[in-house]
Amino acid sequence: MTRLSAEQQHHLRFRLNGKAVDRVCEPRMLLTDFIRHEIGATGTHVGCEHGVCGACTVIIDDRPARACLTLAHQVEGCEVRTVESLADTQGRLGVLQSAFRKYHALQCGFCTAGILMSLDALFARHARADEAEIRDVLTGHLCRCTGYAPIVKAALEAAAELRGEIGHEAIDA
Amino acid sequence: MKPAAFDYVRAESVDEALDVLRNAGGDARIIAGGQSLMPMLNMRLARPRILVDIMRLKELRRIEPRQGKITIGAAVRQAELLEWPSLDRDLTLLALALPWTGHVQTRSRGTICGSIAHADPSAELPLALVALDGEIVLRSARKRRRVAARDFFLGVMATDRYDDELIEAVEFPAADGRRCSFREVARRHGDFAIVACAAVAMDRGVRLAVGGVADRPVTREFACLEGSALDDALNAFAWDLDARDDFHATARYRRDLVRMIGRELIAEVTR
Repeated sequence: MTRLSAEQQHHLRFRLNGKAVDRVCEPRMLLTDFIRHEIGATGTHVGCEHGVCGACTVIIDDRPARACLTLAHQVEGCEVRTVESLADTQGRLGVLQSAFRKYHALQCGFCTAGILMSLDALFARHARADEAEIRDVLTGHLCRCTGYAPIVKAALEAAAELRGEIGHEAIDA
Repeated sequence: MKPAAFDYVRAESVDEALDVLRNAGGDARIIAGGQSLMPMLNMRLARPRILVDIMRLKELRRIEPRQGKITIGAAVRQAELLEWPSLDRDLTLLALALPWTGHVQTRSRGTICGSIAHADPSAELPLALVALDGEIVLRSARKRRRVAARDFFLGVMATDRYDDELIEAVEFPAADGRRCSFREVARRHGDFAIVACAAVAMDRGVRLAVGGVADRPVTREFACLEGSALDDALNAFAWDLDARDDFHATARYRRDLVRMIGRELIAEVTR
């Protein structure tokens, strides 16, 4: 049995965007706060902090999940990916990000990182996802700017591009 | 919106988890997927002194069909059950209801048993368990006991579970070809149900289960399945649920939904 006492910091090891993380934190620290404040990766946003808005969605072991409903210590040994993993090493936007830019699928951008991660997980699992499946995934996110229509358009085009049906136009980040 | 401090225990066996529960005297909570408990912790509606994480326990990670029942262990995530190849055939009602349980982003971590333990009156999984006459398997350091779903839910987030007990598994009767149906009305797909209904064809008549209206899922069996007699029976059921006005909907709207969806589902399973 491993018992991490409340007021102390305890070792935590997992992989974040392909890199090993080995830090300490208290048992009560949320994954959102760990990623933002301990690691300094501020791409993951914090909205409602009770699992409703979807802004903090990250990918844990290939599934989209609410980082605000996850304790940092729960991801011990897991593979976590955030929006920082989507652009390539030269900083060029990924396929999904480019499509979002092309279709104005964001305005204020607060919800965007979470939506990108949910869609990235969807397409990785299900390259032929159709509009109904895309909309189903989007029910887990609140966007108060776009009305969702441009997000759906961008997602459909990105999916087609990821399947190799249309070419990718590189856009610098 | 941050949890109060707690000790975090990663259990390596069920017995270890049960020992912590026994010694904590009501101050410990089990955490599995955390999709019901974490909001409670973040809002400090729950302030346990100890959290016991059971997700590393392989023995709780089983979906096991046996003797006409499907046993689902405490560490089975909702997404995993949705991907179970026999779901449509053996747990037909769950195949219909699970896509309404939260969103894909919460189903990826939330467990079946966790939703049962949380006992939100508008949640789909307690509703399905009651509709199908399932059972909850509870285990403490002292003993193991089984409780029928209809006796387990006592009120809003209140159950028959004692503080030293872990929900080890829930058991659903395997679908035996009888027809069932499910429908829900919510503001947004995946949000809490304003009204959720499940119907299961019985040897005689139909059992209707309703969530989101009373303080727990409620069932009633309908023998007469058409005409004004059915309307009257559904109306009586709708009133007996003691609907309340709240932020999401009026009591009258909820009664309307029970009458309307009830009638549609009964027609569907008897067609």
